[in-house]
Amino acid sequence: MDIALTVAKSKRAIQRNGLPFLYLTPAFIVMGVITFYPLIYQFIISFSDFQTKDLLLGLSSPKLNWIGIQNYIEIFTGGLPVQNFEFFRVLTYNFWWAITNVAVHVPAGILIAVLLNIHGVWFKRFYRAIYVLPIVIPPLVVATVWRNIFDEQYGAMNQFLTAIAQFFGSAAPVHLRWLTEYTPPIPWLLPNSPLPLAYYAMMIANFWLGWPFMVLVATGALQSISKELYEAAEIDGASGAQQFLNITLPLIRPAMIPAAIYGFTMSFNLFNFVYFMTGGGPARSTEILVTFVFSLVRDLRLYGAAAAFSMIILVVALIIFLITNRITHATATYQEA
Amino acid sequence: MTTQAYDEPKRKNFLIRFLTMDTSGSKGVGRKLPLWRQLLIQFLCLIIFAEVMFPIMYVITMSLSSKSERPSSLQLFPTEFSLTAFKQVIDRPTANPVTFLTLLKNSFLLSFSVGILAILIAVSAAYAFSRFNFPMRAVLMVLVFVPLLMPAVGLMTPLFLLLNSFKYVDCGGGVHAIQPFMSCAAGVTGKAIFNLRDSLFGVGVALISGALPFAVWNLKGYLDTIPRELEEAGKIDGADSNQIFWKIVLPLAVPQLVVTFFLGFIGYWQEFAMPWLFLTQPKDYTLSMTLYNMVGQYATSIPWNTFSAFAIIVAFPVAVIYIILQKQIVSGLTLGSVKG
Repeated sequence: MDIALTVAKSKRAIQRNGLPFLYLTPAFIVMGVITFYPLIYQFIISFSDFQTKDLLLGLSSPKLNWIGIQNYIEIFTGGLPVQNFEFFRVLTYNFWWAITNVAVHVPAGILIAVLLNIHGVWFKRFYRAIYVLPIVIPPLVVATVWRNIFDEQYGAMNQFLTAIAQFFGSAAPVHLRWLTEYTPPIPWLLPNSPLPLAYYAMMIANFWLGWPFMVLVATGALQSISKELYEAAEIDGASGAQQFLNITLPLIRPAMIPAAIYGFTMSFNLFNFVYFMTGGGPARSTEILVTFVFSLVRDLRLYGAAAAFSMIILVVALIIFLITNRITHATATYQEA
Repeated sequence: MTTQAYDEPKRKNFLIRFLTMDTSGSKGVGRKLPLWRQLLIQFLCLIIFAEVMFPIMYVITMSLSSKSERPSSLQLFPTEFSLTAFKQVIDRPTANPVTFLTLLKNSFLLSFSVGILAILIAVSAAYAFSRFNFPMRAVLMVLVFVPLLMPAVGLMTPLFLLLNSFKYVDCGGGVHAIQPFMSCAAGVTGKAIFNLRDSLFGVGVALISGALPFAVWNLKGYLDTIPRELEEAGKIDGADSNQIFWKIVLPLAVPQLVVTFFLGFIGYWQEFAMPWLFLTQPKDYTLSMTLYNMVGQYATSIPWNTFSAFAIIVAFPVAVIYIILQKQIVSGLTLGSVKG
């Protein structure tokens, strides 16, 4: 009797304490094999000069040299056999790229959503359906088309600017070398990492790509605001601008902050777009961390250095995550919320 | 008579609502929009419309052209309506002997199975993170979420090596071996019949490593919003934790499971980098890989009309899914992180 009771008790205790782990098991088994094992592998080979000849045998390759933290030192001091590479410049550019993108997309998204949310606007549903299109087009296509638009000879952008210049009486055709000109147009902006013309071209193209998502989120948030609030504000004599600042903005803030953070991480790692639009050029000035690690593997076959670089990206990602988690409470439990 | 008098304003109302495409269903709150404001808003909306459509029209125009070279002047409206490009990509999408249907099937199989497996594995983990408080919880959660911020590109090499070690090898003389568990006699390399890395299945496994963290994140956020009272009611009725999960939480999470599945589906429908590095046999190629193949990185001679036609074909299913599920996708992505 006594034993049976203890068994039942401990069974219940296991159920209480072990159950969450049971639920986590499938995910962690799968991630263990295809995420954590590769991560650990990456960590190990980041201390070696892993090259193409070691690919067949991996860690048991006899030719593998263990070089300690040399890969890391080379990355931080610019000692990699790569021209125009300076780690902290790329890091600064990467952050600047992500922050400026979000800083443009979020306000544009909110304004357009507010515009479309005005009661009684004609063709609302039509506009909403069209405005979502940039999200659905494969990034590869977007980047290829925009690269073509910014082409210096036949590009639509230069032709468009030429047309405007002619309108103002200038006969000379515009020949901006959007994607290849290295001299930064505004040299004092971001002194650590000069921004070439290609950066602005990419900002324009990524603006096209980025704001529709923010409109979607902002629209959802706007529709959950009770109309009575605006009516009450109207009775109190609040102007449209006051209503926007005091009702709309504070109430859509909880939805926009996570969306902005999502947008930030997306832009921070916007591999496909950057890779196909400029390939990191000219002279690696628009390279972000992920495109750089890809070129280390693909073009230079420096697997060891690429592994070290991936580890550094992981640390950067971890820091970003810990900061943003403080804001969004993504890891909070139900009760804590 | 009375019915007619009753019906008429209603019908008119419907007509106006249809013309203005106002489906909000709410009766007019406040004043009607003055005409000048309506026109101003329409003007702004049309400018944005033009901005969105500009590159899209560019692609559509090129896809309807019969010439494959890049147009030398800016053309936003098709001057010819030739379907040769569409016909060409459907008849013979690549230089390899692969049919369009094979590409479509591979794309579909890959994105469908990655999407499904990711949500099936993720949902129980999301439940654990959402409802239980246990030791190491925060650490485990960071472990799951950080790969989300770490692009798959960073894990490509080890995944390649890992999957490449699983092979079914013909050692010759009727002897077969399954590596890495068995190997041929010393000195015999043998001929690989099946290489996990070089198969759609293997690529699917590799892609799940990226899909899973996202699915856990997206589902956990949704589960957080399911009211706890329902589970407590279940508990009072004598259901244990497992029954609560299967009978109460899981059915309620179905809408979000569907959305998460489609987000994964869309993402892997467009994925080309990893399949491109892993797969070598044309019979395994997907639509996105074929699209990538047409561009290369610095390809100067892109066959513009077929590229555009193919781009439209690849984007089409995604566009349909997105427009239908627009609302659910957004609330799914944001609800998660917004509490209260």
